[in-house]
Amino acid sequence: MIVVEEVRNELFAGLRHAVGEAALRRESGREVSITVPVDRLADACAFVKGNLAAPLATMVGLDDREQAGVFRLVYVFSVDGKWVSVETEIDPARPRFPSATPRVPAAHWYEREVQDMLGLIPDGHPDPRRLVLHDDWPEGVYPLRKDFDPTVPVPRVDGPRHRFHHLHGEGIVEIPVGPIHAGVIEPGHFRFAAVGEVVLHLETRLFYTHRGIEKLAEGKRFDRVLQIAERVCGACSLSHAVAYCQAVEAIAGVVVPPRAAALRSFFLELERLYNHVGDLGNICAGVGFAVGTSQGGRLKEEIQRLNERLTGHRFLRGVCRVGGVRRDLDAVHLRDAAQTLQKVEAEFRRFVDLLLATDSLMDRMIGTGAVPFEAARDLGAVGVAARASGLDRDARRDHPYAGYDQLHINVPVRTEGDVRARAQVRMDESFASFALASEVLRSLPSGPLFTEVGDLPPYRIGIGVTESPRGENVHWVRTGPAGSIDRYRIRSASYCNWPIVALAVPGNMVPDFPLINKSFELCYSCLDR
Amino acid sequence: MLNIIRTSLRTGRVTVPYPEQSETGACRGRPHIDPDRCDGSSTCAEVCPSGAIAVTRTASGARRWQLDLARCVFCGLCEEACPLGAIRMSADFELATRSRDDLIVGVTHVPRDTSDAREENPPAVAVGSATSAGREDLAASGNYLGSRIRSLLKRSLHIRHMAAGSDNSCDWEIAHLLNPVYDVQRFGIDFVASPRHADLLLVTGAVTRHLEPALRATYAAMPFPRLVVAVGDEACGGGVLQGSYAVAGSVDRCLPVDVYIPGDPPRPQAIIQGLLIALDRLEPKMKRVELRVDA
Repeated sequence: MIVVEEVRNELFAGLRHAVGEAALRRESGREVSITVPVDRLADACAFVKGNLAAPLATMVGLDDREQAGVFRLVYVFSVDGKWVSVETEIDPARPRFPSATPRVPAAHWYEREVQDMLGLIPDGHPDPRRLVLHDDWPEGVYPLRKDFDPTVPVPRVDGPRHRFHHLHGEGIVEIPVGPIHAGVIEPGHFRFAAVGEVVLHLETRLFYTHRGIEKLAEGKRFDRVLQIAERVCGACSLSHAVAYCQAVEAIAGVVVPPRAAALRSFFLELERLYNHVGDLGNICAGVGFAVGTSQGGRLKEEIQRLNERLTGHRFLRGVCRVGGVRRDLDAVHLRDAAQTLQKVEAEFRRFVDLLLATDSLMDRMIGTGAVPFEAARDLGAVGVAARASGLDRDARRDHPYAGYDQLHINVPVRTEGDVRARAQVRMDESFASFALASEVLRSLPSGPLFTEVGDLPPYRIGIGVTESPRGENVHWVRTGPAGSIDRYRIRSASYCNWPIVALAVPGNMVPDFPLINKSFELCYSCLDR
Repeated sequence: MLNIIRTSLRTGRVTVPYPEQSETGACRGRPHIDPDRCDGSSTCAEVCPSGAIAVTRTASGARRWQLDLARCVFCGLCEEACPLGAIRMSADFELATRSRDDLIVGVTHVPRDTSDAREENPPAVAVGSATSAGREDLAASGNYLGSRIRSLLKRSLHIRHMAAGSDNSCDWEIAHLLNPVYDVQRFGIDFVASPRHADLLLVTGAVTRHLEPALRATYAAMPFPRLVVAVGDEACGGGVLQGSYAVAGSVDRCLPVDVYIPGDPPRPQAIIQGLLIALDRLEPKMKRVELRVDA
């Protein structure tokens, strides 16, 4: 473990060497921020990523033309529990920047998104096609620029069609699927190039459920934005709500009371449990193992009913507020929670034993959809997908939040990277979650449920992180005047992991795609926003 | 194999007999307004994240308080904010209606000096509130469904689900209809892959710009007779997404909607109720509420 001060000194000395004297440094709390000239941006990012082995946590583009006459890019890296931001300013007269993607591959989608949403062009990006906006969106209209008026309808144009990568050769068949799928799932387009049954290449076209949430938050009061943050996603509602609240609390300098922090952890573990248990059932659906699907669905239902009894909501909405929580647990709730979790854990254990003892299921999972460690690391995989490929990262331990600094976090890691490894990580994590949830219930501190949040200082930045059931969510918030939100960047776990799915599929059979996809169990709505 | 049989035997039957029985539990359902406590002030409207509550002034000087359940996200902030305790969150979740209009709850505060027509107006009475009174009707409609489907559609009901830009909570609840607890197949209802095989289009989400063409194409591909059901606050009224550049706002701005199922998301039983209403054409529980108070 490197001491923070050493990190900073080493970082700064190295950066001076890498980008010259022009680097400016600013520190506050858990954040270090370095401003570099735009032509040295890629050098600085490559230095932080390479020398500190720091994963890219998020990247934000800002339109600061009104205040400072510039566009701004902020690449945020996670270094030893702290955030290191590499910032640069871009002249609106020349809205281009050198792409960091060739040296920091995890930046690939962020830079394409900045190009779509702010009109900043990443020079040298290996794949500069549109990402978020689709074909009928007009050229030159950038929704995240401050002078974009969301009340004026944007016309649909007959724009150039998205260029998919085509594979040519004898026997190669292209299979387009979606955006509407056969089952009850979210929309996205997949294009397979296959020879016989074997997939050679998979390309995804996503962002069909893009709802303009980041723009929607701009100018709204911080407490109202929480209602939007909660609705970025259904299955990760609480993770998003808590991440947003933490970002705002960091800006306000508010400390969440111990009882509220512990309750946040408890409900977050319930969220992880209902997702993981249900996802294991869904993996069974991917191979047509009906008994497993039913058992997973039934146990998930038990936990979601518990959610409703404890909080009034099956997806735990309305639990969190800025400064603490809105829901308390009384003695009846505590008894109910302890009994239900004990019962479900026993049944979940039998369910897991059944899965592991079913050879036909294991046979489909072992070796299927393997993601090598290097791919997971370089593309910045998070969550279950990262931990199943040997990447030991978990925000609950690496960036302790809520009540997790008081708890014993057991992070299961496997190295095979296949469907079975991802299923096994979910199983191990679920048992760890049952243990964590009971640990919180046994040691629930007393005290107030929230700290009042007063006025927020304008133009300050806060970063909130949670480990959702799908992995790390990073919420980057900058305040505006009078308690409003000026810029809100939501980077969900699915944002990091979708590109990994496209890597996991080639070499497998087409019919294994649903299984591989379900083993990642990513959200479209979290991604598309 | 023995393991599998043993697991199934040990589990037994887990299906909830809805609509014959219904447990509301502690769910956060419809907000109820107490017209006698409400003074028509706009505290609740200011905190409402989806603009479901509006306070307006009529030409005659009366104040009108209105709740639009199609837009409501059931967060309960209005209950917390009201200084007079006039709003109470209830566990009523069976809110599906055939008309958008039936999801409106209005309270008009008429100043005494202008209430010349007072004699002609009935005292403030809540009408059509969702109570357990309609339980037998609903149970009967469930039993009656098989024959009804046969007579109406000549085959069992096939649903094409379409996520038109939802936050996936509604879609998860729809997926839960197929688990052994809700088991919607017991009604002869099932989900199909192609819109060409579907009798009913079950739409979630506020209809994003990127999905609107797909939604229209899906509807166009369906055979007659066809039904459209909007599931959730975003599909019914846009929820917190109203005003975004990337959404149309609600399903009925794109397609004719036969049944609205409010909720954020609606519980699985609420979706079953909406499907039964769509099929049997019995009266839903919700009716438009108009209350009048002499202030």
